[in-house]
Amino acid sequence: MQASAPALEVRDLHKRYGDLEVLKGISLTARDGDVISILGSSGSGKSTFLRCINLLENPCKGEIHVAGEQLKLKTAREGHLVAADNKQINRLRSELGFVFQNFNLWPHMSVLDNIIEAPRRVLGLSRAEATERAEALLAKVGIADKRHVYPTQLSGGQQQRAAIARTLCMEPKVILFDEPTSALDPEMVQEVLNVIRALAEEGRTMLLVTHEMNFARQVSSEVVFLHQGRVEEQGTPQQVFDNPQSARCQQFMSSNH
Amino acid sequence: MNWELMIKWTPRLLEGAWLTLELVGIAVLAGLILAIPLGVMRSSRHAWVRALPYGYIFFFRGTPLLVQLFLVYYGMAQFEAIRHSALWPVLRDPYWCAVITMTLHTAAYIAEILRGAIQAIPPGEIEAARALGMSRWQALLHIILPRASRIGLPAYSNEVILMLKASALASTITLLELTGMSRTIIARTYQPVEIFLMAGVFYLLASYALVRLFRLLEQRLRVEQCQGR
Repeated sequence: MQASAPALEVRDLHKRYGDLEVLKGISLTARDGDVISILGSSGSGKSTFLRCINLLENPCKGEIHVAGEQLKLKTAREGHLVAADNKQINRLRSELGFVFQNFNLWPHMSVLDNIIEAPRRVLGLSRAEATERAEALLAKVGIADKRHVYPTQLSGGQQQRAAIARTLCMEPKVILFDEPTSALDPEMVQEVLNVIRALAEEGRTMLLVTHEMNFARQVSSEVVFLHQGRVEEQGTPQQVFDNPQSARCQQFMSSNH
Repeated sequence: MNWELMIKWTPRLLEGAWLTLELVGIAVLAGLILAIPLGVMRSSRHAWVRALPYGYIFFFRGTPLLVQLFLVYYGMAQFEAIRHSALWPVLRDPYWCAVITMTLHTAAYIAEILRGAIQAIPPGEIEAARALGMSRWQALLHIILPRASRIGLPAYSNEVILMLKASALASTITLLELTGMSRTIIARTYQPVEIFLMAGVFYLLASYALVRLFRLLEQRLRVEQCQGR
């Protein structure tokens, strides 16, 4: 393994639901500090692609490498690829942060407990260590005063920021954002985008599935446009937004300006 | 209304009420412990894991508690192997027969409550646990069971109250719990109205206490706040 192994590399990923082929061979490489936005109309497979990377969905073909380490896969029923080594997938998942569209905070725990649960159980941190980390992160995402509050008492934007803090507390190498602002009221979108922007500026490696075009254009180092399960267009934001080559991407960009 | 008679027999009825609470208390707690693995297995993705608890629940929900009590109390003694086993001193005692049968019976219902509660957890909350790197067991222990216990608690409290009343059947295998004690007193006094009335009041008080207890527990565990999303 060379020192320059990319933070995340996905090779030729395929995913099928029965006869419906959702992903038809997607490859993507994220080097340290890359912010890659994945765009596309609904049904283009962008969320499925993201969920396949940490095996929340099972692909049927492809390879996934995290910091040069290949995720061991084996074939299960119906041609699905599942983790061959449970220890490995759990460890790699802890290194790949995932932020959900619907936050998925645990409603029976306070915000602080939500954040320290996984670091304690998975990383073996003590309650004090995890709390120290969590409090710094809560301050960073701007909800330090909400640590003893329960998720249902928070606004959507606050919940998503708490969920981002929960992910960050694992100190992941790569963070996958699955439409992090799509479930939010318009006035809350910005507060979450600001947090993500700050993470991008810190040099974190991130994959971002989003419909926020302007935001993607501002923060991304690379933009990938998916269409019908294939990478239709890929390049710098300038290339993809201002000078798309494919007809489908041109159409998508013009309808979103 | 014969007040003097009612006061006179109150201590004996309280004795019976205490035995009722003891039977129900042991059954619903032991039943809960037994139901946890059963309920978890019932919500498994694999059909062969679901099969065993399915069979168990099918039998215990499908037959009356009275029949189960008779099978254990009268049936066990039919087998020489059991009569000569080390367990015989326990199995010939009607108290233990009632405790065991009620435990096995209520465990089937609690397992179904737990299965429903586990399946009612929004899948995303479990995905979140796995995506953070928790193993299946860690997710089960630290996320799924604590979450399911809050979803299932109201149904569990209902089951406890049902068992309080079902425990009257233990009187048929000679136990002098509240109902059994009442019938014994009536056999001596020929005053069924007064005595059964008092038994009814004791059952009401016990179920009221249980309702309050579970209400407190629900508040402590923030059950209501967890439901509204």
